[in-house]
Amino acid sequence: MEKFTTHTGVAAPLRHSNVDTDQIIPAEYLKRITRTGYEDALFSAWRDDPEFVLNDPAYASATVLVAGPDFGTGSSREHAVWALNDYGFKVVVSARFADIFRGNAGKGGLVTAEVDHAVVEKIWEYLDAEPGTEVTVDLQEKKIRVGDIEADFVIDDYVRWRLLEGLDDIGITMQSDALIGEFEQHRPAFKPTTV
Amino acid sequence: MSKTMAEKVWEDHVVRRAPGEPDLLYIDLHLIHEVTSPQAFDGLRATGRGVRRPDLTLATEDHNVPTIDIDKPIADPISRAQVEALRINCAEFGVPIRPLGDAEQGIVHVVGPQLGLTQPGMTVVCGDSHTSTHGAFGALAFGIGTSEVEHVLATQTLPLKPFKTMAVNVAGELPAGVTAKDLILAIIAKIGTGGGQGHVLEYRGPAIEKLSMEQRMTICNMSIEAGARAGMIAPDETTFEYLRGKQHAPADFEAAVAYWRTLVTDPDATFDTEVTIDAASLTPFVTWGTNPGQGLPLGAAVPAPEDFEAPTDQAAARKALEYMGLTPGTPLKDIAIDTVFLGSCTNGRIEDLRAAADVLRGRSVADSVTMLVVPGSVRVRLQAQAEGLDAVFTAAGAQWRNAGCSMCLAMNPDKLRPQERSASTSNRNFEGRQGPGGRTHLVSPEVAAATAVAGHLAAPSDLNELVEV
Repeated sequence: MEKFTTHTGVAAPLRHSNVDTDQIIPAEYLKRITRTGYEDALFSAWRDDPEFVLNDPAYASATVLVAGPDFGTGSSREHAVWALNDYGFKVVVSARFADIFRGNAGKGGLVTAEVDHAVVEKIWEYLDAEPGTEVTVDLQEKKIRVGDIEADFVIDDYVRWRLLEGLDDIGITMQSDALIGEFEQHRPAFKPTTV
Repeated sequence: MSKTMAEKVWEDHVVRRAPGEPDLLYIDLHLIHEVTSPQAFDGLRATGRGVRRPDLTLATEDHNVPTIDIDKPIADPISRAQVEALRINCAEFGVPIRPLGDAEQGIVHVVGPQLGLTQPGMTVVCGDSHTSTHGAFGALAFGIGTSEVEHVLATQTLPLKPFKTMAVNVAGELPAGVTAKDLILAIIAKIGTGGGQGHVLEYRGPAIEKLSMEQRMTICNMSIEAGARAGMIAPDETTFEYLRGKQHAPADFEAAVAYWRTLVTDPDATFDTEVTIDAASLTPFVTWGTNPGQGLPLGAAVPAPEDFEAPTDQAAARKALEYMGLTPGTPLKDIAIDTVFLGSCTNGRIEDLRAAADVLRGRSVADSVTMLVVPGSVRVRLQAQAEGLDAVFTAAGAQWRNAGCSMCLAMNPDKLRPQERSASTSNRNFEGRQGPGGRTHLVSPEVAAATAVAGHLAAPSDLNELVEV
């Protein structure tokens, strides 16, 4: 996983609350066998609508999603994070995230920046006035900056540390490689192998 | 300090422990199948990682495979793609695989034990919730998600927070005609589908000690239906005798047995939770609703929503009755059945087939009923054929199929049609589980066979009465 310290990119306003994982990626895409390539599946039910924010050329290269509260509710599918990643999103900003989605996001390297909904409203207003504006998400300082707006955001300390270090769960475990090797030296000889 | 069996097995697998962090646990056996593994292998590829211990990993094809015409390509393109991806991934990463057509192919939770790969005191994981089956040997066995599958492939470990422990004390003895399936359905009805949440269940007591290994697997298999992470039964002489001589049994068997004997829960150890159920009072048990906790003795009648105290239970009952097309007050034995499914990781082993064949011998499946008999593995199928059980099934008018998950879940051609009603020896009666709109009653193999003959839910003892009339 790449280290995440500060990200600056175009922010897209998603003026919906309760964006559940079925809306992020419908179940029909879960039959695929790949881990990547879900960019076409993201918000697929909304993408045909010319008014949908991601169809606005100003937001074509958006990497920060600024959404209403209770983002990521519903099914636990990890595909929701994969689809956001594959589309190019690095950060989702919202007043509340569903627990499982937030956990999956941390595993997948997607930053969930939790702010007061008043901040979300202010960013939306700013973006309406200046579509295509870039925002800066500073994970070190836990701050979001858009134009003259600066706000603190909340993220789990352990998740933040992992993202700053660029460590996924597997990467963290691999730091214990020597310990695992040592454990293997002492496993009883009678334990079975599959070969 | 005194410990439960689950705690002992946990402690023996801690690779790393640090304050405020999950324990890093070593995994002794990682079973994989075609549905939950493709993205895990894709993740390894994307990060340039390999499989740390292919020799502790085994793949089988089960969820998607058809149970007829298995020599032909799989017709459904998505099923075929998943199965082909598994074969490619196993070849690329050096993981042993038992594909369709192999003598050891079958449902992952049937194959592991019959090869002797599941042993007491092991940690066993699989991207499948019914991994709890392996706890019958005194192994700590639980289902994991796809990210965790990738984690185990890469590191042979998992970071985990400790589970809580629950003793399920089964007092008394099971009466004649009452099976392990009846017992576990009664336990789930008692503690509820969320009752075991966060816990490892340890099934204890004289009724449990008397069960065969296959019956113990039926019990542990459905721990997940009580919401538990895992289920375990203490290893004893029954366990050791089952393992002795198996293909992957320890070469130094006595050294292993000496260790296995140490795993039992200490006499003064305490569980976070304890429940007790009286085995002696049980009768054959069936589900009437759409979750495995909605079960009753076969002699009872369909309940009314008002029979439940909690408003949420009333609402659940109302919804279930509507989906199942049932009227409160109807005797369960009056419910006519269209399809009988004998099989699955719950009840697809040789003893299950023997028990059903004993009921069917000399009898016929009712004209109104279609019965599928699906052995849990190729080896179970061959054993049944060697014993002439296939002839009993086909003579009675049942279909004798090849090994796989089959009608337990609607991921292969064996499915219920909308409103079709089944008596099924599988583990989940969720809406649509066996096919969109399908209606499932969970039963034991004995009740399944008797139901096939009677055309309505019935126990073997009901058939004798039918003959007398």
